[in-house]
Amino acid sequence: MAHLWIQNARVIDPAAQRDAAGDLFIADGKFVGSLSAAARKRAKRIDARGLVACPGLVDIHVHFREPGQTHKETIATGTRAAAAGGFTTVVCMPNTSPPADNAGTIQFIKDAVRRDAVVHVYPTGCITVGQKGQVLAPTGSLKRAGVVAITDDGDCVQSNELMRRACEYAKMFDLPLMDHCQDASMTQGAVMNEGSVSTRLGLRGWPNAAEDMIVARNVILAEYTGAHIHLQHISSKFSVDVIRRAKSRGAHISAEATPHHIALTDAALAGYDPNFKMNPPLRTEVDRRALIAGLRDGTLDIIATDHAPHTDYEKDKELDFAPNGIIGLETALPVTLDVLVRRSQFKLAFVIDLMTRRPAALLNLSAGTLAAGAPADVCIFDPDEKWRYDAKAGQSKSGNSPWHGQTLTGRVKTTIVDGCVVFAGGKIVGG
Amino acid sequence: MPWNRRHLITLEELSLAEIVQIHVTAAAFKRTLRRSVKKVPALRGKTIVNLFLEPSTRTRMAFDMAAKRLSADVISVDAASSSTTKGETLRDTAQNIEALQADMLVIRHAAAGSPLYLSRILDIPVINAGDGAHEHPTQGLLDTFTMKEHLGSLRGRKIVILGDVLFSRVARSNIHALTKMGAAVTLVGPSTLVPHWFTDLGVSVSHDLKSALADAEVVMLLRIQHERQASSHFPSLGEYTSMFGLNKTRASWLNPKAIIMHPGPINRGVEIDSELADGERSVILEQVANGIAVRMAVLYLCAGGQPESVLQTG
Repeated sequence: MAHLWIQNARVIDPAAQRDAAGDLFIADGKFVGSLSAAARKRAKRIDARGLVACPGLVDIHVHFREPGQTHKETIATGTRAAAAGGFTTVVCMPNTSPPADNAGTIQFIKDAVRRDAVVHVYPTGCITVGQKGQVLAPTGSLKRAGVVAITDDGDCVQSNELMRRACEYAKMFDLPLMDHCQDASMTQGAVMNEGSVSTRLGLRGWPNAAEDMIVARNVILAEYTGAHIHLQHISSKFSVDVIRRAKSRGAHISAEATPHHIALTDAALAGYDPNFKMNPPLRTEVDRRALIAGLRDGTLDIIATDHAPHTDYEKDKELDFAPNGIIGLETALPVTLDVLVRRSQFKLAFVIDLMTRRPAALLNLSAGTLAAGAPADVCIFDPDEKWRYDAKAGQSKSGNSPWHGQTLTGRVKTTIVDGCVVFAGGKIVGG
Repeated sequence: MPWNRRHLITLEELSLAEIVQIHVTAAAFKRTLRRSVKKVPALRGKTIVNLFLEPSTRTRMAFDMAAKRLSADVISVDAASSSTTKGETLRDTAQNIEALQADMLVIRHAAAGSPLYLSRILDIPVINAGDGAHEHPTQGLLDTFTMKEHLGSLRGRKIVILGDVLFSRVARSNIHALTKMGAAVTLVGPSTLVPHWFTDLGVSVSHDLKSALADAEVVMLLRIQHERQASSHFPSLGEYTSMFGLNKTRASWLNPKAIIMHPGPINRGVEIDSELADGERSVILEQVANGIAVRMAVLYLCAGGQPESVLQTG
């Protein structure tokens, strides 16, 4: 296996509190402290002058649609979108067709990953059979098959009793539960945040109270059972407050924010464009600012994309009828840098931490570090390059992005997985 | 000032001057409707498609009549006979209509925003005949036209919109037109159907019928739309009628010259006492009649006509 020598980068490694100019050395797929003079001669060199080199990004919330909805995305195309966005480790959700609620389906996904993936993929399994919220899925078998968490994804478990038992049971296997917090009885037919904008547009509203209810429920159950509940894509200020107080009591709760919820508000729905329709919905400016404050003080632990591909013909509909979700892997880094670093004065190394070490640590993934001996997963990006994002020309099979056609600042130049360059010069390359 | 719009999607986006232009044009057409030969040749040779993907009687008949009075050819397609029931997308349906060389599309759709969507993909004028709970601009125009006939200027007039505001496109279009025209609008109804967010549109919200109706010069009733509700917005129709139904006692709180309006269809005995609906203060059937002149004006202007040339079209 070739040696790699990344030269003259601004190296950011949050795990080692490193943020300094320097080089990175890779041998046999792992980081090494340095290379011998002989090895340096043979090493492939990457000139990273003016660029940032950091651990490969980690996204613990993606939808790769395989098996069953491969017209939207596959493990092959989804992992290529990840690589193009600087992500080297992703965790895929189990809302496939059929849902990943048994060891056989997990094995199917792992086989596809081994065959087709260009980045590391970890599967999750369902909390309940068929994501139906009625009977617990075989959590132990799922764990043995390799899941890193369980979740019913968009079909939040509505029964408090069942969720309580799921927490107790999963704790036995040390498996986190990831929950999409939504009281479904309060969101029937809803297509956007309930508020002034939905009232003006005549659209059914999804009140933040429906999220806050389940966030509070999960805080209560995490404290009662001791299980780790990870709260997905928090979008409401009230929820941030609930989580902040729960964490101050030591509850085993973690939470994520998406690039779109920290960048956009429900005002973006004024044109009824389905590429701004997702679940949970974009909320108000007050909520958006609360999410940023929550990331700043650690109430919200990480950034995750909720990369949710849908084809053009599925999205190109009346807003009421279009499916929820947008893709995010290829825009997450520039959008997050823009919101948090440029507009909110976060330190760059802190933002990298939100997208590398911390998400890896939440699920005990071997990722998010540049330490010697660790898998050599690297993201090299230009924080200042401006480029026009064409969602139709991206690596994802789908193009449902609110940033299509916009100029973004910050661009991934090279992505390295296990010491192999998988993305460079705007293209996926063979290892 | 010339008329520059090809589409009529919302009243929110119209200026006061544009609303007035439509009213003036409608008044001219209303005069032609009193003649023994009611037809004018303004849109002769043009084909208008009325695509009604949600049930409608009044609005559809009025658009149909308006187009015929303008000498246009009219094709009406309803939900049951459209290909959308066979799974065709709205884009495909609309592009087929355009391929058939229609000159104008009038669209009624259950999904808010669908006329805007169509106006972006079609090269022909698109007229919104009601989109979900969003807007029903021609209704707002005919309602304000009718109010002006009775009250003159609406500036400073106290106008009450009573009922199921949350699910009402009629309410939203009227709110936008009335606030531009300077009226003092109060929305009244159960708190679940008149959420406080409406105050952001420049109107008052009240749940106290007596103080709201006191000295109002117009009360516009809205139908309780059972079909749109998830069921939990109020206890029962009986409770609604007892708390918010307009009856003779409550009507006596209004300004003595007040008019009673309703966009229809009315639920007699629910939001309005049957006798009041037929009484001398009711202008409900005038609204229907004015709906033809107003829609003639909208079709005529969006097809490229100019307000000042209406009289020559006769």
